[in-house]
Amino acid sequence: MMKSLLIEASKCTGCLQCEMACSYENEGVFNPARSRIKVFTFHSEGRFVPYTCTQCEDAWCMQACPVDAIVINAQTGSKDVLEDICVGCKVCTIACPFGTVNYNQDSGKVIKCDLCGGDPQCVAACPTAAITYVDADATGLSRMRDWAAKTDNAAAPH
Amino acid sequence: MQHVIIGAGPAGVIAAETLRKLAPRSDIALISDEPEPPYSRMAIPYYLVDHIAEVGTYLRKRDHWYADQRIELVNDRVASIDAHGHSLGLSSGHSRGYDRLLIATGSSAIKPPIEGVNLPGVHNCWTLEDARHIIERAQPDSSVILMGAGFIGCIILEALASRGVKLTVIEMEDRMVPRMMNDRSGGLIKKWCEAKGVEVLTSTRVNGISEDGHGRLGVNLGMGDTRPADLVIAATGVKPNTSFLSGSGIEVDGGVVVDHRLRTSAPDVYAAGDVARGKDFSTRSFTVQAIQPTAVEHGRVAATNMVNGLEIVHQGCLNMNVLDTMGLVSSSFGDWEGVDGGDCAELFDGDRYRYINLQFEDDVLVGANTLGMTQHIGILRGLIQTRVRLGASGKRALMANPLNITEAYLKATQGTTSSM
Ligand SMILES: Cc1cc2nc3c(=O)[nH]c(=O)nc-3n(C[C@H](O)[C@H](O)[C@H](O)COP(=O)(O)OP(=O)(O)OC[C@H]3O[C@@H](n4cnc5c(N)ncnc54)[C@H](O)[C@@H]3O)c2cc1C
Repeated sequence: MMKSLLIEASKCTGCLQCEMACSYENEGVFNPARSRIKVFTFHSEGRFVPYTCTQCEDAWCMQACPVDAIVINAQTGSKDVLEDICVGCKVCTIACPFGTVNYNQDSGKVIKCDLCGGDPQCVAACPTAAITYVDADATGLSRMRDWAAKTDNAAAPH
Repeated sequence: MQHVIIGAGPAGVIAAETLRKLAPRSDIALISDEPEPPYSRMAIPYYLVDHIAEVGTYLRKRDHWYADQRIELVNDRVASIDAHGHSLGLSSGHSRGYDRLLIATGSSAIKPPIEGVNLPGVHNCWTLEDARHIIERAQPDSSVILMGAGFIGCIILEALASRGVKLTVIEMEDRMVPRMMNDRSGGLIKKWCEAKGVEVLTSTRVNGISEDGHGRLGVNLGMGDTRPADLVIAATGVKPNTSFLSGSGIEVDGGVVVDHRLRTSAPDVYAAGDVARGKDFSTRSFTVQAIQPTAVEHGRVAATNMVNGLEIVHQGCLNMNVLDTMGLVSSSFGDWEGVDGGDCAELFDGDRYRYINLQFEDDVLVGANTLGMTQHIGILRGLIQTRVRLGASGKRALMANPLNITEAYLKATQGTTSSM
């Protein structure tokens, strides 16, 4: 059974530990600006929403890539960017309807969540269990998946 | 079932792979007239700057991928189609039958109808072969003139500049990327390029090109202004590759005419990608978009419809582009010029080279541009293509600060209290 990230925004306190852990794991620096998971703040409601790639089935990023630089990780099911093949054309960054593949101007490549190869550091760092790594079926990801499917009204089944 | 695909660009390759998945037992042949393995034109700029070797442009990198997928690669040119007899005439003299045919022949770059465009040293930048010619001539300190500052012109501009050439860009219209950015943001791109040492002449026309007898070119801009050049590149437009269809009875009007299932006017013949006049998501009219994401989408939709018992009705592709002009990233989506009776939210920060433009119809986002932004811009596609209603407060928030697109998305799709 593949696992995926379950994000329960109601448990998030906005501490940004996930962003710190992510940037440290993937970029070697504690810098939220370089995190693949982002926490959005709704000041008026006092609400925080962590947000990252859902590793969606349709993987618009992977389909749109002109050079085969985004591949499925057989172990985790994540869609991983192969840094040495990515040319930095950014087509995936406009193809992803969630906006979770982003261009990194320093490296000239795109970056996205790869579930840290099966041991997501955002999960390990979250003090309130707002982010957990659980069996894919149990996650409430269906809502985001619905969104992906709706984007596919470029090609709605008849 | 014999599936034959003409053209091994992104549309053809995705179609072949989709067919293999959906119709495991069928025969699939991919015929292309270019000598290289299937490659991606989009990767050419990165080849020009030496970031990748030629193999870096190949659409699939795994060894024996096509053989493993039982996709037969045929290097030949289709010269004619006999739609009644379900067969193709090839340039090699052979012929080949099909049960279902996909036309994915893409487009070719054109040269402007002026004197001297066929002189040695005047090239398009469309194929790997073109790229090799450009690399040969675009040596450090050589003078290069780029005709056309549209999308493709701007994409190769950076590659040329970083080869260390003296670069002049000439555009007939009054701004850069006129079909992707408005005059304010297009103006910023021009200013940015000029600050980086590229000469940009807008509202300027090339009258003709001459050669001095020693291989040096002269580009005549009128009024006695003739610029010397070692290389002239024409990025002045493309046209769909449809000439081999004359006499086939397959209807062509600008591109190959297709319906909502990407079927052409001939039975069992489909078309996809740069060659097809497919449906535009925003305008709902049929037009050639000539972009990579559309080629991929078309390839998948057409292939699905080519399989018995499966059917996708195509709702139209969203026109979208992302462009990196010497480090300044811009993007455009859908109806970025706005719709009648719609509203617009704009933020312009010329000093920091930042710009965003959102276009609404009622409380639905229908188009956008960004400049100087690289984070979460895909959400603009999601918001436009799902036609999600932002609600009065959601729209008001974006009108007040158009940069808050992720917040608007999260609100509109996840409610205000529930979890993801
Ligand atoms: C330098 C450059 C940069 C680009 N950058 C971008 C970008 O950033 N974003 C973007 O969205 N798009 C970009 N594009 C455009 C993008 O590459 C095209 O939209 C895409 O290649 C279209 O795919 P296709 O499969 O329809 O056609 P093509 O890729 O053109 O493939 C068609 C193939 O069919 C072959 N063929 C034609 N006629 C025949 C025949 N009669 N018999 C056999 N074979 C035939 C052709 O030779 C070609 O190999 C760029 C293009 C260029 C040149």
